[in-house]
Amino acid sequence: MSAFAGHYAYWITIFLMVAGMYILIARGNLLKKLIGLALLQTSVYLLYIAPAKLIGGSAPIIAGGFSTYSNPLPHVLILTAIVVGVATLALGLALVVRIRETYGSIEEDEILALDSADDG
Amino acid sequence: MMAEHLPILQVVLPLAVAPLIVLARDRGFAWVATTVVSYGCLAIAIALAVQVAASGTISYAIGSWPAPWGIEYRVDALSVFVLVLVSLTASLVAPYAQRSIAAEVADDRAYLMYAMYCLCLAGLLGITITGDAFNLFVFLEISSLSTYVLIALGRNRKALVAAYQYMLMGTVGATFYVIGVGLLYLMTGTLNLADMAARLREVDELRPVLAALAFITVGIGLKLALFPLHQWLPNAYAYAPSMATAFIAATATKVSVYVVLRYYFMVFDPAQLFAHLPTREVFIALSVAGMLVASLVALFESDVKRLFAYSSVAQIGYITLGIGLDNQASLTGSITHLLNHGVTKGAIFVLLGGVALRYGTQSMSVANLAGLARRMPLTAFGLVIAGLSLIGIPGTAGFVSKWYLIMGALEQGLWWVVGVILAASLIAAAYVWRVVEVAYLCPARGEWRGGEAPIGMLTAALAMVILCVYFGFDTTFSVGGAREAADLLLRAQK
Amino acid sequence: MTALLYALLVPAVAALLIAASHRRPNLREAVTLASAALLFALVLALSRDVLDGRYPALVLGEIMPGLELKLELEPLGLLFALVASGLWLVSGIYSIGYMRGNDEAHQTRFYACFAAAICAAIGVAFAGNLLTLYLFYEALTFVTYPLVAHHGDDKARSGARTYLALLLLSSMLFLLPAITITWLVADTIDFTVGGILNGKASTGTALALAFLYAFGIGKAALMPIHRWLPAAMVAPTPVSALLHAVAVVKAGVFSIVKVLVYVFGVELGAQAFAWLPWVAGFTIIAASIVALRADNLKRRLAYSTVSQLSYVVLAAAILAPLSIVGAVLHIAAHAFGKITLFFAAGAIYTAAHKTEVSQLDGLGRRMPWTFAAFGIGALSMIGLPPAAGFVSKWFMVIGALEAQHWLALGVIAASTLLNAGYFVPVVYRAFLAPARDTAMHGEAPWTMVVALVATAGLTLSMFFLADLPLGLAERVR
Repeated sequence: MSAFAGHYAYWITIFLMVAGMYILIARGNLLKKLIGLALLQTSVYLLYIAPAKLIGGSAPIIAGGFSTYSNPLPHVLILTAIVVGVATLALGLALVVRIRETYGSIEEDEILALDSADDG
Repeated sequence: MMAEHLPILQVVLPLAVAPLIVLARDRGFAWVATTVVSYGCLAIAIALAVQVAASGTISYAIGSWPAPWGIEYRVDALSVFVLVLVSLTASLVAPYAQRSIAAEVADDRAYLMYAMYCLCLAGLLGITITGDAFNLFVFLEISSLSTYVLIALGRNRKALVAAYQYMLMGTVGATFYVIGVGLLYLMTGTLNLADMAARLREVDELRPVLAALAFITVGIGLKLALFPLHQWLPNAYAYAPSMATAFIAATATKVSVYVVLRYYFMVFDPAQLFAHLPTREVFIALSVAGMLVASLVALFESDVKRLFAYSSVAQIGYITLGIGLDNQASLTGSITHLLNHGVTKGAIFVLLGGVALRYGTQSMSVANLAGLARRMPLTAFGLVIAGLSLIGIPGTAGFVSKWYLIMGALEQGLWWVVGVILAASLIAAAYVWRVVEVAYLCPARGEWRGGEAPIGMLTAALAMVILCVYFGFDTTFSVGGAREAADLLLRAQK
Repeated sequence: MTALLYALLVPAVAALLIAASHRRPNLREAVTLASAALLFALVLALSRDVLDGRYPALVLGEIMPGLELKLELEPLGLLFALVASGLWLVSGIYSIGYMRGNDEAHQTRFYACFAAAICAAIGVAFAGNLLTLYLFYEALTFVTYPLVAHHGDDKARSGARTYLALLLLSSMLFLLPAITITWLVADTIDFTVGGILNGKASTGTALALAFLYAFGIGKAALMPIHRWLPAAMVAPTPVSALLHAVAVVKAGVFSIVKVLVYVFGVELGAQAFAWLPWVAGFTIIAASIVALRADNLKRRLAYSTVSQLSYVVLAAAILAPLSIVGAVLHIAAHAFGKITLFFAAGAIYTAAHKTEVSQLDGLGRRMPWTFAAFGIGALSMIGLPPAAGFVSKWFMVIGALEAQHWLALGVIAASTLLNAGYFVPVVYRAFLAPARDTAMHGEAPWTMVVALVATAGLTLSMFFLADLPLGLAERVR
């Protein structure tokens, strides 16, 4: 039981990661793929943040009476990762807009059909 | 004083110029700035190489925060080799870019292309020079995001789809890398690569570390276009603007190889880990599969850029094969091939860029290249020489790396691997000769208004072709540098 | 020694000059002839050193740590270089007649690639180690490709493709691993008297290496790699004459002899190559049978070449001292005889537009010089005096007798008969049978006839003045 309850953060991480990847692969709509990607990235944030909270640790501000502090470094790293994620999402959305403009659709199978019609 | 800060300048120079280009919005300024930046980076890389050769590894603490708390930039024999490779490619490609970009990218967007080029350069150089795991991720994403934009600026609308697909796969790869780094951080408490290496030796719970190894391998494998994670590469190379293809083909995957080498040999304790996971066997198997499958697909491919893109996947297989074989000769071969293939493929794509310029919107199918030798004699001849280097004929750069790979395989007693290397070379000969035959022996058809490629492009292309032959005869830098790097990697194992 | 370098540079520079004199055909032809004469003079000057026992060497540079580009002249290489450079001059004269007589296109490309091919052949001749040999060997393949594909039509393209495919297949799949394994096992790839593998290679390794070398050197046309030779007959006859009777094929057998003597050495070679006489013998007989049945003249000559090349391989593989002399002599003797035969075939095509043997009846009376030369060439192939082929065959037979190699003797005897079988009728019917067609034509253009007579003369003179080739051949140990 403690394997589940004590590590619930990691189980959520795994769920998000797999769900994100599933959406990325299985969904044909380009926007939905981006959402899957975002889910995947979010799971990683949780992976970093969860272990940062040490058992019995307080906020990482030096104060008398506290000897164990939670680790602030992963938070910093994740801030960076979130920024990267935002940039990626913005770029992805821009690409989707342009694809919509040139192809007239954001469904992957329709786009592939249009492409092979071009080739053939 | 300048000399001490060379490591940080290597990255800051292109990083600072990129927003300037965006602000200036002028195409001419953008081109000049990019060229100056490329040459500047090359000068810095060579200066660093000289320093490293004289006094060994350079360690630079950013903001004077000492490692392992601050971010450290570390320049050693391996990173300096890759730094010179990347900046050399940039210096060769940037000057010729002007005509190419003018022909393929809309005028009002051209300056954006140059800005992305500088950012990509900054990212690649940053990956190579940093000694911090997370900093590597940041630069990885900088280079990747700018690469996605570079590809998306291609003329054909398929470039958008290619960029989107690459973005999806690339981001998944980077995310996997971050997961791996997270696991390593959890086990060692540090992000500094050198420190991590020391602390990993003391870790007794191995499972997270092995998981980290797996995640990092798959993540970087996606960026590396390791078979079967190479699906994004053919479309990306084929539909990107020619200049982007020339630059990326010669650098992006090579830098990812550098990351693999760095992690495998200098972070993870090889003796301990590779006993638990069959990494060498997996690498050899995947490389062999990649070499054969990609070469065969290239043989039947009708679009000439896609043909050479698949050829790149096969050549990356050569490089990862050397890593899998794991001895001095094969590692020397792999690292030398980073440079040799960079120069060869760069030359081919630059030449194809000239052809694309003259062909306009006509398709670049192999059949359409009929009579190229009549219309563009120097370009066709350059393609022959670069093609010979791709096949690995003695007297060219490609032969040198092939020799060392074969040596490495022989020393391991793996005869069948030698057979595969040779078979892949033969298939390469077949698909290169398809193009040469069509260019020289088939009569030209259709209208033709252009002439030879413009002088700027031609000089850059021929410079790279000459390098293909030069590195086939004078290997003091290519093999010498690679050997130093290989020794460094193998020494770290002990 | 820089004379070695000059000898390499002369044809290379000539190729560039020829390409540059694209618009002035007479200048272009003059460059070819002058360079050929200069090259021959250079090589002749070098022969004095070699005959005195001084073998000039020159290291051009180090490609990879421990692997140099090295030139070294020794008797075998000198013989090959003399043959190649001398015959370049003669075939230059011949080509002028052929190219102009048939009004061929792409003549500049032809002469330029020719010069480049000679450069590669000289490089092979002068190679001081395996890597240098391999470099020039591959260069020869690629530089002769445009010559084979000269006509540019579908047949030429397909023939050239077979040519390139087989030669690359053999050299990449077999020769390259052979060289790398030699480097790994022997720690050196320099050609040394007595071989470099003694004591370093186990019997199994030596046997495997022997196999790799024999089939890797595809230019020696051992069966089944021989197919490139008939495929290359799509080329214009001067190409077939110089390259596929002299430069390319001789580079092949030269390399095999060189590897046998200077990499394996006589004792190890005899063990490791004990199976080679069987393959060579089979090639000799099988190729002769195909030649017997071929009606196309060039095809007949091509298979005759395949057969004659294996004479050299057979004699070398026996590794008796006199048979090696015979093998080396045959490199020269066959070159002179075969080039005469191909020149004659080209003359027949140019003057009478005939390509099949069955069409040649009675032609001898209208083209006496051509067919007389053909007859002399045929004598040399069969191995009868007073032709050069007799000298080499004599040494081969004596060598085989010494070594008590009955298989070789049997093969030589049988193939002599077969050779007579497919050459004698041609000459007989040309002179004595009634003519088939009544078209009036005379001899071939005078430049071609001059060349024909020159090479036929060489064939005869090697019988009477065998000192220089014999002297060189005896020094190959």
